[in-house]
Amino acid sequence: MASKFITALIVVVVVPGVLVGYIWLTEQVLRVFSERMKPRIRPWLWLAPALGLLGLFLVYPMIGTIITSLQDKFGKKFVGLTNYAWFFGSDDALTALKNNLLWLVFLTLLTVGVGLLVAVLVDRVRYESVAKSVIFVPLAISMVAAGVIWLYMYNYNPPGSPQTGTLNAAIGAVGVGPIPWLQVEDFSVNTFMLIIVMAWMWTGFAMVIISAALKGINPELLEAARVDGATELQVFRGIIFPLLVPTLVVISTTMIITALKAFDVVYTMTGGNLNTNVVGTLMYQEMFRFGNYARGAAIAVVLLVAIVPIMFFNISRFRAQEAIR
Amino acid sequence: MTSRWRFITPVVALGLVLAACSGGNNTGSAPAGSGGGSLNGATVTVIGTWTDVEQTNFLAMVKPWEDQTGAKVKYQGTRSINDILAAGIPTGVLPDLAGLPGPGQMAEYANAGALKPLDDVLDVSTYTSETSPGLVKLGQVSGKTYGVFIKASIKGLIWFNPKLHDYSSSPPATWDDLKTQAKANQGNAKAIWCLGISSGDASGWPATDWIESILLRQAGPDVYNSWWQGKTKWTDPAIKQAFDTYMNDVVANTFGGGTNAVATKFDLAGDPLFASPPGCEFLHQASFITGLGKFAKAKAGTDYNFFPFPAINDQFKSAVEGAGDLFGMFHDTPAAKSLMKYLVTAPAQDIWVKAGGALSANKNATDYPDDISKRSAAILSKATSFVFDASDNMPTAMNAAFWTHMVSLTGGKETVDQALAALQKVAGDAYTQ
Repeated sequence: MASKFITALIVVVVVPGVLVGYIWLTEQVLRVFSERMKPRIRPWLWLAPALGLLGLFLVYPMIGTIITSLQDKFGKKFVGLTNYAWFFGSDDALTALKNNLLWLVFLTLLTVGVGLLVAVLVDRVRYESVAKSVIFVPLAISMVAAGVIWLYMYNYNPPGSPQTGTLNAAIGAVGVGPIPWLQVEDFSVNTFMLIIVMAWMWTGFAMVIISAALKGINPELLEAARVDGATELQVFRGIIFPLLVPTLVVISTTMIITALKAFDVVYTMTGGNLNTNVVGTLMYQEMFRFGNYARGAAIAVVLLVAIVPIMFFNISRFRAQEAIR
Repeated sequence: MTSRWRFITPVVALGLVLAACSGGNNTGSAPAGSGGGSLNGATVTVIGTWTDVEQTNFLAMVKPWEDQTGAKVKYQGTRSINDILAAGIPTGVLPDLAGLPGPGQMAEYANAGALKPLDDVLDVSTYTSETSPGLVKLGQVSGKTYGVFIKASIKGLIWFNPKLHDYSSSPPATWDDLKTQAKANQGNAKAIWCLGISSGDASGWPATDWIESILLRQAGPDVYNSWWQGKTKWTDPAIKQAFDTYMNDVVANTFGGGTNAVATKFDLAGDPLFASPPGCEFLHQASFITGLGKFAKAKAGTDYNFFPFPAINDQFKSAVEGAGDLFGMFHDTPAAKSLMKYLVTAPAQDIWVKAGGALSANKNATDYPDDISKRSAAILSKATSFVFDASDNMPTAMNAAFWTHMVSLTGGKETVDQALAALQKVAGDAYTQ
């Protein structure tokens, strides 16, 4: 109990004290400099703690990961690019990479496409907020829980026994199936089944943002087009869509990054079996199951390198937009 | 003024968060060596694979020790114990006592210096006299004891529903006899075998048990051991024969086929035994199945019964495959030592044995609740050659690949030759590291 009291005291008194003390200290340090230099140096001193933490928790581990990826399994000696050679030469890793590509393309298309469709359609109905809430709700569920829920949806029982899986019960009603959804490897059907789960979660997110952008379009523009005799389709293609493009790009990049980081759904639903592994689950398996930190680190670096251009694109686009404003 | 406060407020909030984070740390794992005095107030952290009923049984087992010493056991049950220990060895974040995945990992952890030897913790002469020698040996690394079996099970039992046909008077003696009798007594059962190999990210392991059961009796313990040690190749004719037997005799005669086996969770695999009409005649599973699925509610002897896996090659008929919860000690605190010493004693073991679902490695624990457990225990103590689960002994990467390929093979996505070639390729990588 006493220790808790001391902790509380530290929080309420010491922590703010230290922070205020830091500001005071920077001012003392600044006295050394001329009046002209002060405004230039002050922001850096204020930023220093944040930059320090960023370095400690982001940059330092990143460099550590890169170093680990160049070492052997035990982290004892450097082995050059062996771990990367393993990654690009292993069937398992290449399957995971291929699956990630499917995730990237189809998760993005599904969420942005359906999100756009729903946003545009519900814009014109009275029960818009209800419809949007229903589609948005899955995002509030944890991904592991979503995986478990969809395991029930995809559940398979042998032909002739009652189908307890929603999907198999539905197709059974019209005399088809049952289909073991998560086992069909042809055309990566099982991977698509996993992508659908993720799309179910993230479509609401895309929809809400697109919908907000839609509300921001000046109605006079649309009015003018309609007065000039444009059809609804022409209005959408000629005015609404071009104005939504910046928003769609931002959401797409977010979804691409989400797809590259895919893990939870695969881990809970198939465990990466039957060729459904993605890079995230492969990394987990190498590190925590096989204890091969070097290979895990190599996979992490590959993933990082894949994400960097997307981040870069996102940031440069953001800057360009800011410049216009 | 206002602008300054706007800056200060988030700072205070941040401080609160930091404090909340640090607050959780002062529950420290165990008090520093109290010099052999009273253990009152000490804590022992334990991680095991036991959840639900098994967790309750384990806690019941340690209760008398807690009452006697005043120390407390902080238990966490998890299915991802491999992952936790693999992450804990390099970082040093480890429980005091933990269930170990198998003798292979035990040796690995002991050689890494993480596991503490138990020779001065246990009463060695009592321990060795009470425990079957095969199990004592499995807990040793270069002559020192690092692991003890808290509970054991024997694998490769064949469960049946006596209401369909009672095999207990004349159990099939050989594999061929089993096949003939199964055909003759099938009645209205839809298939001969029940099979379910789904188990989260460990999916496939019940099928690896099948391969092990067949191989052990087809090729014998020597081939079996050299196989998991990586000396006998996966593409070896003896291994291929075991895989072929599994595919042709088992999967081909499975309720719902291989597809259903892949989709069915292992703990519910035996449920069709109790359906009407029955989905199958037999389920191949270790003795722990009596605590799971519909077995848990059914009555031993009248609703279900078992016979030992029949001989395939007569030469190897008394070989038994078993598994067990091997326990090791990572921190030699006085409380941890005391708990370890207590856990292997007959009175402690009897508590769990009485609750059911467990066999004791200790011969003097005899409070088995039913005939089935008693017979399993007898098989355990009589076995002339005892082998541990082969897949659990393989390097983890090999084991995981074995699981994964059993899923593909059972589901009909691979041929035996493809699976074996792929496994041999993994072996080249997994054993050399």
